Amino acid sequence: MGRKLDPNRPAKRGPGRKARKQRGAEVELARFLPPTLDDSATKLSSHARRRAAKRRIKSEKPQMGKKVLDHQNLTAKEKTLKNANKGKSSQEDNQTSCSTNAATQLTSPALGKKRSRPEESEEEEEESMAFSDEDDLSEDEIMDDYGVSSSSDEDLLPIERAARKQKLEGQDISEDDSEDETPPSRQRVEQEQEKDTDLQLNMEAGECFVLPSGQEIEKEAAQPPDLQLIHQRIKDNMEVLQDFSSKREKERSRQEYLSLLHRDLAAYYSYSDFLIGKMTELFPLSEVVDFLEANEVSRPVTLRTNTLKTRRRDLAQALINRGVNLDPLGKWSKTGLVVYDSSVPIGATPEYLAGHYMLQGASSLLPVMALAPQENERILDMCCAPGGKTSYIAQLMKNTGVILANDSNAERLHSVVGNLHRLGVTNTVVSHCDGRQFPKVLGGFDRVLLDAPCSGTGVISKDPTVKTNKDEKDILRCAHLQKELILSAIDSVNATSESGGYIVYCTCSVLVEENEWVVDYALKKRNVRLVPTGLDFGKEGFTRFKERRFHPSLKSTRRFYPHTHNMDGFFVAKLKKFSNAIPKPLKDEESSGEPTTQRVKDGSAPAPTPTEPLPKKKKGPESKASQQQASKQELSAAVAARKEAKGELKANKKKKQLAASKQSNFQKRSRLLNAAWPSPGGLRAKSAPRKKGSVQRSPQ
Amino acid sequence: DRVYYLSERLLKLATNIPRDNLASLGTCFGKFTKSQKFRLHITALDYLAPYAKYKVWVKPGAEQSFLYGNHLLKSGLGRITESTAQYQGVVVYSMADVPLGFGVAAKTTQECRKVDPMAIVVFHQADIGEYIRHEETLT
Repeated sequence: MGRKLDPNRPAKRGPGRKARKQRGAEVELARFLPPTLDDSATKLSSHARRRAAKRRIKSEKPQMGKKVLDHQNLTAKEKTLKNANKGKSSQEDNQTSCSTNAATQLTSPALGKKRSRPEESEEEEEESMAFSDEDDLSEDEIMDDYGVSSSSDEDLLPIERAARKQKLEGQDISEDDSEDETPPSRQRVEQEQEKDTDLQLNMEAGECFVLPSGQEIEKEAAQPPDLQLIHQRIKDNMEVLQDFSSKREKERSRQEYLSLLHRDLAAYYSYSDFLIGKMTELFPLSEVVDFLEANEVSRPVTLRTNTLKTRRRDLAQALINRGVNLDPLGKWSKTGLVVYDSSVPIGATPEYLAGHYMLQGASSLLPVMALAPQENERILDMCCAPGGKTSYIAQLMKNTGVILANDSNAERLHSVVGNLHRLGVTNTVVSHCDGRQFPKVLGGFDRVLLDAPCSGTGVISKDPTVKTNKDEKDILRCAHLQKELILSAIDSVNATSESGGYIVYCTCSVLVEENEWVVDYALKKRNVRLVPTGLDFGKEGFTRFKERRFHPSLKSTRRFYPHTHNMDGFFVAKLKKFSNAIPKPLKDEESSGEPTTQRVKDGSAPAPTPTEPLPKKKKGPESKASQQQASKQELSAAVAARKEAKGELKANKKKKQLAASKQSNFQKRSRLLNAAWPSPGGLRAKSAPRKKGSVQRSPQ
Repeated sequence: DRVYYLSERLLKLATNIPRDNLASLGTCFGKFTKSQKFRLHITALDYLAPYAKYKVWVKPGAEQSFLYGNHLLKSGLGRITESTAQYQGVVVYSMADVPLGFGVAAKTTQECRKVDPMAIVVFHQADIGEYIRHEETLT
């Protein structure tokens, strides 16, 4: 079976990663060749080019070695270099007769000098002498001026001398032309500046990484970004940051390096600054680039055998006969197959239509495996679209028991219904209720799978728009919804069920706000504890993240990343409910807290209650962390408050914001209680205008 | 006006859900048309196929054509149940015995032997390609 073209997979457009690397050769070349070679490049012989490169390196070397070098020496050299180039081109433009001469000058510098002499006037010759002097002087660390002259040619090698002379000739010629329009000195200054930045950029590409200055950044911002340069700079920057104490520039702080890195990463991979910030918080430096790079390539196509209708071996054989190149997914899955390439559209084979398999990401098998549904159970899939996980649950239950597949979006249920029928799943009721209303609609399930709606930061390879269209507010909004959902999911479970009482929470996001934070919140609010997911791979969840401290049992949650596991970024947590009772202190508070209901996007209120349901609860750090958060959430609270107070007076609004921020801790709890505990009016209370007025009076 | 086939346990659970929020349950067999005729959906295929009296098998080359909604030609006909009457409803199978859809025999088995290869032998009624083609109106 040869590798065949997969028409199902979209053809990659634009320059691929390989192309990027290949283009890098140009950069490499540009480092050695003077940049304005365009029209004069043809005139240089290969020898001349080599010499030019050598000259270039020579001028850079002292810097690299960090020798104490007079800056002006460098600039003078640059100047001459630049002018040489300029001279070449301008000469070509102006004097056709001279062009042949110029060529000979460049190819044979020693000769060229003599030959070009007759063409140039006497004074120019003098000036060229002056220049040569200046050059030499600067090398001896003497301030150079046009008037000063000394001869230090003696200590130079003949070839060096020749090279210098050649440069100077170029200079002479350029001046010849430039005298017509602008005073030469001014032009030289301009050129010098140009050259300066140019050289500095090249230096960055070199071994010693130097942070660009502020004005350079400004300049770069004005131009379209040069991806090769940025890529190189990211690499170099990383190198420095990995070994910061030895490779840093003394006077630059780590902050500066990091901010440059963030900017470059954001530009190179076209992420929003916010998201890059989040990613770099999440991963160690070495992994960030891996992660971002992994988001650029799509994950392999995987499919799940529908064991209700066929066996994996039969399916694999049937697909191989159709010209599909596939392999078993991994040791951990008995039904998964990974497709390398296919000569037929994998989503439209007769086997697919007959429901023998489902196209499904490897990562979405995990939460169902963690859920481990048993036969004859009642199971709730809260956000089921497009039905992949639901059908997997049915498959594991062998079509026994009942599954309630719910999704809030009726549009998306078409695909659920289609997939379930196609796969021959018969034990499912499909509904579109709001997940937050759930225990009210129907409760007493043995297991609940909550695949919460999320920001999708784990599936950027599938949906690259996430890169730019998510910001802090979106994340917090997601997190808030997730907290509501997880509480209603927990409430829907019957803890006394002899086989179940489990909740699996998963998201396709990698952010802590949507994962650990939400689970930690649920641990505080309900009688649940985390249990091992039963997945023997994946990374452990965070127990501490920046200033936040989570419950130590969050270790048993699992994270999956595109760069380490080659599946979509994913988070899986399995919770066991051990009591149906909702912790008492919350009830008490609801009655008092209800009037102050406000939309607050935070859940990590301190856990001050003495009757905290969970054993081994770390109270100290949590409350501390939440203190810090409280200040953070003032903002989001204020935003939310503004939303609600639409149409009301401004002054009133401001008061409310103040009140909201003051009470944020208090409200958080009551608000979430309302969401999770649908007492009559609990959900409606959010928007009831009656509540708005009461916000201002402080409950404390 | 849809007809669903489901277990009683499932039915009991479904009664708890508001009617407006219920999208589907169990397996959809078909629907009653406006003129009160019953029309089978392709989703019922899995239940009906094992009990089909008259079957038609399709050659692998013609599978794809049938799944795109075309009638079955003599050239694509693999096997056919003996003594199939004209205009008899049949279940269409692939040669690997995977049910592909419903059809109506255009010719009797006897006639099928004689006709030229391009003649239609089974009229297309429903096929599993509809899972992709008409996902929105499947049930």
